[in-house]
Amino acid sequence: MASEAKKVLTAPIVDNNPIALQVLGICSALAVTSSMANAMVMTIAVVMVTAFSNLFISIIRNQIPSSVRIIVQMAIIASLVIVVDQVLKAFSYQLSKELSVYIGLIITNCIVMGRAEAFAMKEKPGVSFLDGIGNGLGYGFILITVAFFRELLGFGTFFGIEVLPLVQNGGWYQGNGLLVLPFSSFFIIGLVIWAIRQAKPDQVEKD
Amino acid sequence: MASNKETFGKTLIFVFIVCLVCAALVSISAVGLKPLQTANRLLDQQTKILEAAGLLEQAGKDIKGTYGKYVEAKMIDLDSGEFVEGNTDMFDERRDSRDMTKSSKPKNDIAGINRRADNAVIYLIKDDSGKITTIVLPIIGSGLWDLMSGFVGLAPDLNTVRSVIYSELKETPGLGAEVLNPNWKALWPGKKMFDEQNNIAIKLVKGGAKAGDVNGVDGLSGATLTSNGVENTLHFWLGEEGYGPFITKFRTQLRDGGM
Repeated sequence: MASEAKKVLTAPIVDNNPIALQVLGICSALAVTSSMANAMVMTIAVVMVTAFSNLFISIIRNQIPSSVRIIVQMAIIASLVIVVDQVLKAFSYQLSKELSVYIGLIITNCIVMGRAEAFAMKEKPGVSFLDGIGNGLGYGFILITVAFFRELLGFGTFFGIEVLPLVQNGGWYQGNGLLVLPFSSFFIIGLVIWAIRQAKPDQVEKD
Repeated sequence: MASNKETFGKTLIFVFIVCLVCAALVSISAVGLKPLQTANRLLDQQTKILEAAGLLEQAGKDIKGTYGKYVEAKMIDLDSGEFVEGNTDMFDERRDSRDMTKSSKPKNDIAGINRRADNAVIYLIKDDSGKITTIVLPIIGSGLWDLMSGFVGLAPDLNTVRSVIYSELKETPGLGAEVLNPNWKALWPGKKMFDEQNNIAIKLVKGGAKAGDVNGVDGLSGATLTSNGVENTLHFWLGEEGYGPFITKFRTQLRDGGM
């Protein structure tokens, strides 16, 4: 049991990563990865939402009439996202200002809905909760990796601390303007997917 | 068991209960966290005003205390330039600008704000002896992507710049969002908004302002449209449809130290 729980929790990080293998949740991965702090907060928010939506949906899975199950899942996910947004506004105002609309858009993040439908509707609450955390972390792993490169090479900083002094601040490093823009995440995500599939060839899709 | 949960009545009851629980959860969090959120918003605004006044370093952690001691918020009528009564804490420029009875369409909308509120709240910054040292004026105008809002700090001659501080914007990071760069903000103090004939002369110069040009500030490299937005916003708000009437009325009085 313990090893099974561990597998549910850790498999989504590399072996079955929601972004790298299932290619879900790409849009927010582009938008919020310009700095490490943003990626971190977004990760925590998504872990919270996937974990608790999986938990609640799993608890009531035997009562949900199948004709309305998607709407019920949606209502639960949407409520959780609003709660997370409110908490963030109350306790971390600066970050909520920067993340603004993307917290609300967790509702449309396919990972949350995907796990609710694919896992929580069938499995017990405890293991569903762990699956939610695992998938949230898998999403966060990619987010933080992308943010690390974008922030370091784009702004010359790490968590806002100056590592490579920029030319416009009197240093020597010319910031990479491409990595500052959201779509550059496509390149980094692509490279990460390549690296993972290089290490684990069984993830490569058959022609 | 599996079949009888699918009936029409059971489905309705189930959905109703789910909605009730979700609604309760959302309401509790929204209402319960409201005071903290309001306090955060206020603190953020006060921090920006103190920054525009050049008091942020002095304030350190005590934003609220410093703000209460040195800052006086006053409401003015923009068209007449006169002070008017009003609750400065509750004033929201964006809300008023959407209210047809409390706003008007500017004739020459160079700032791209569409409608302008009739009133504005300005901030008089005083020193320990109660003398006005800085006047902080809120500004808002279009950048490249969206409206950018912030504050301009002016000396009592209502011409010499103390600061230009943006608080809310959605400009491109690394390009337009460089208006938040401390090095760029440091270019502003000492610049003059008006020329000797009292025309609005402040400009952002692409490629860098000439040394000694009191009306010119370096434009943001790679962000010409944001730079234009900043310049237009300043021209609008210092002009006749912005704080112009107020500036004309109170400049002499403020310069002589009275109010």
